[in-house]
Amino acid sequence: MSTTTTAPKKVVEEKATTKPTTSISGSVAVLEAFLAEGVDTIFGYPGGAIMPIYDALYDYQDKLKHILVRHEQGGIHAAQGYARTSGRVGVVFATSGPGATNLVTGLADAMIDSTPVVAITGQVFAHLLGTDAFQETDVINITTPVTKWNYQVTDATEIPAVLAKAFYIAKSGRPGPVLIDITKNAQLQKFDYAGYEKCDHVRSYRAKPNVRKEYIEEAAQLINSAEKPFVLFGQGVILGKAENEFRKFIEKSGIPAAATILGLSALTTDHPLHVGMLGMHGNYGPNVLTNECDVLIAVGMRFDDRVTGRLDKYAKQAKVVHLDIDPAEIDKNVKATVPVWGDCKETLPLLTELVESKVYPQWLQRFRDHQQQEEEACIHAELNPTTEQMTMGEVIKTLNELTKGDAVIVTDVGQHQMVACRYAKFTQSKSNVTSGGLGTMGFALPAAIGAKFGAPERTVVAIIGDGGFQMTLQELGTIMQCGIQVKILILNNQFLGMVRQWQQLFHDRRYSFVDITSPDFVQLAKAYHIEGASISERTGLEGALKKMLEHDGSYLLEVMVGKENNVFPMVPQGCSVAEIRLK
Amino acid sequence: MSKQEFTLTVYTENQIGLLNRIAIIFSRRKINIESLNTSSTEVEGIHRFTIVIHETEEVVKKLSRQIEKQVEVLRAYYNNNEEIVWQEMAMYKVPTDEIAEKVKVERLLRQYGARAVVIRKDYTIFEATGHREETDKLISVLEPYGLLEFVRSGRVAIIKATRGFHEKLKEFEKRQPGEEVVENEFLNRKDEVFSM
Ligand SMILES: Cc1ncc(C[n+]2csc(CCOP(=O)(O)OP(=O)(O)O)c2C)c(N)n1
Repeated sequence: MSTTTTAPKKVVEEKATTKPTTSISGSVAVLEAFLAEGVDTIFGYPGGAIMPIYDALYDYQDKLKHILVRHEQGGIHAAQGYARTSGRVGVVFATSGPGATNLVTGLADAMIDSTPVVAITGQVFAHLLGTDAFQETDVINITTPVTKWNYQVTDATEIPAVLAKAFYIAKSGRPGPVLIDITKNAQLQKFDYAGYEKCDHVRSYRAKPNVRKEYIEEAAQLINSAEKPFVLFGQGVILGKAENEFRKFIEKSGIPAAATILGLSALTTDHPLHVGMLGMHGNYGPNVLTNECDVLIAVGMRFDDRVTGRLDKYAKQAKVVHLDIDPAEIDKNVKATVPVWGDCKETLPLLTELVESKVYPQWLQRFRDHQQQEEEACIHAELNPTTEQMTMGEVIKTLNELTKGDAVIVTDVGQHQMVACRYAKFTQSKSNVTSGGLGTMGFALPAAIGAKFGAPERTVVAIIGDGGFQMTLQELGTIMQCGIQVKILILNNQFLGMVRQWQQLFHDRRYSFVDITSPDFVQLAKAYHIEGASISERTGLEGALKKMLEHDGSYLLEVMVGKENNVFPMVPQGCSVAEIRLK
Repeated sequence: MSKQEFTLTVYTENQIGLLNRIAIIFSRRKINIESLNTSSTEVEGIHRFTIVIHETEEVVKKLSRQIEKQVEVLRAYYNNNEEIVWQEMAMYKVPTDEIAEKVKVERLLRQYGARAVVIRKDYTIFEATGHREETDKLISVLEPYGLLEFVRSGRVAIIKATRGFHEKLKEFEKRQPGEEVVENEFLNRKDEVFSM
């Protein structure tokens, strides 16, 4: 590679300013940026390299709420939960070195699930960069693959413009995590501050591609000529705040619609055109009929392999209309017949205008018939078990009855996640918070804390496995200290259930290191002054859930469920969606 | 689709760390970069990466979209060898006494368009510019004369059908982009230049 002669560009272009200035530190500039961006809550953990920012925060406590987490991973998951329920940017602080590396899992999670987060990390003094200084780590290079954008600040004068850019990039277009690494000297440095200007344009970055009318027209034609059209919707609908536009589109066109796991709650569960969930443990009809429909309309989803199963046998008969804000998603996995680039908030109404008002009673009946088969083969037994031990499904069903679908459901990763997402009812958007793309065990407890801060008026229920809970249970300390109300529902099958299921089905029941013992969760909660109970009898289920929900404060309820229950239906790995197994 | 040589031309801001951001798009997918060159462009502050890889067009198209998605990348084009004019530069170090004695060398060098850049008592450095096969051939030609050292630069390439970046940049700087900004490959299929 040849070297260049010009110096790299700084984010701030030096410009003559006539505005009056005040002298402030880089640290204060960070907090002023937060205020200007409407940040009200910061999740974080202090340390040497970020001490000047924490020192400045001492004087901002009346304007900025800081939640001291117990681990930086918890901090970023909380920021993610906050972003997912509030629709705003989540913010997290961490110190250099280990503080920053502890953020990596959360950054990767936010990256793959398109969650807007701004992470601020402290860094050693600029003159120590590259010297293996105490707690120095190359955060920028470690986090490059898991951030939408990252930047290291070594000069305080850059801070206002860099933070403006960070917030703009995190939340615009397809959202994602941004990390800003600030050296300690820049945090301490005083400079002439001329106020904060929000960013609404970065010349090398197009938040969203221009909408092309030709494609809207082509898409409408295709949809209007379809006999068996099928809509798949993802989180793009929620991120684009296009829930109404989406509902109007399917209601006018009369097309049945199925959700990806992250698309759940964009459309109320009981909507007559909502035919269920896609994916490996999704519903029978949506999976099977994907390979029968004639036009597949994908809205704000990315054809993840957990949705498509075997790609070369996926919807080969169908013409595909793909609506997405990210041009790189078009044709990435599934070839689009008509690519509708753009923000679905803009493209959906244009499409709705051109589609004919229709109904597809026979086609919709096909979904109902499959639903009936699934009901008989697995749903009924899961929700109304005659076994002695409880099932995860009946717990979710009872929870639905009590919350009426109004709660925010935060799930961890594993069987309980799949069961909760299959059976939970949602009456409003931004109600399903889960780690979809990365599948991060340990996500739920801290994410639930953030989810509650993001939607303080709502009930937040964290549904977690006995395994995943033990990955981030230290965040009980955060709950204790900040007094937030989170309902923790542990579905304890005494196994790393999802892995055990695979070992049973695909590895001849050779249960290799999936037998996990747990502490007394209720005692553990008690140590953190959190009330709790544990039940193993069906008769106590409704009462226990009710107590959990009605309790004034956080509450931990452990429900002992069948040890070796499996989640069905299931598309086995390497199979097509049409080969989904009911048992 | 079969693999062939493609040249990616990437216009970027001049930002630290961007090389890594672009490089990991290839390494993450276990794709080898055959050659990589960065340079300034005719537009002040805009940099240009020229990257050569051996892949199918489908993969290259996806890669260029992933590259263009990076915040500090303005544009990524990909072209096959018919669509570009390209050169690589190579240098060869040979013992001076060896070649001084053998007149044949001079003729060979002339034949390959090479020229001497340094002549010292102990060694002479030749330079040649051309396509890989040409600079490669000169290695085998010079080997019998005790070739001491060889090095070759990355490819630099110019797309036959573009008219520079000035006009495009003006579009990028607008807050309300015109139709041109995000080109759509379905519309531009007939064009010689593929983009996005
Ligand atoms: C951090 C992390 N490590 C490992 C895994 C692999 N994994 C996926 S599901 C699962 C089992 C989860 O067990 P548990 O939390 O008890 O939930 P269950 O499946 O029993 O409901 C494991 C180990 C993961 N997803 N994330």
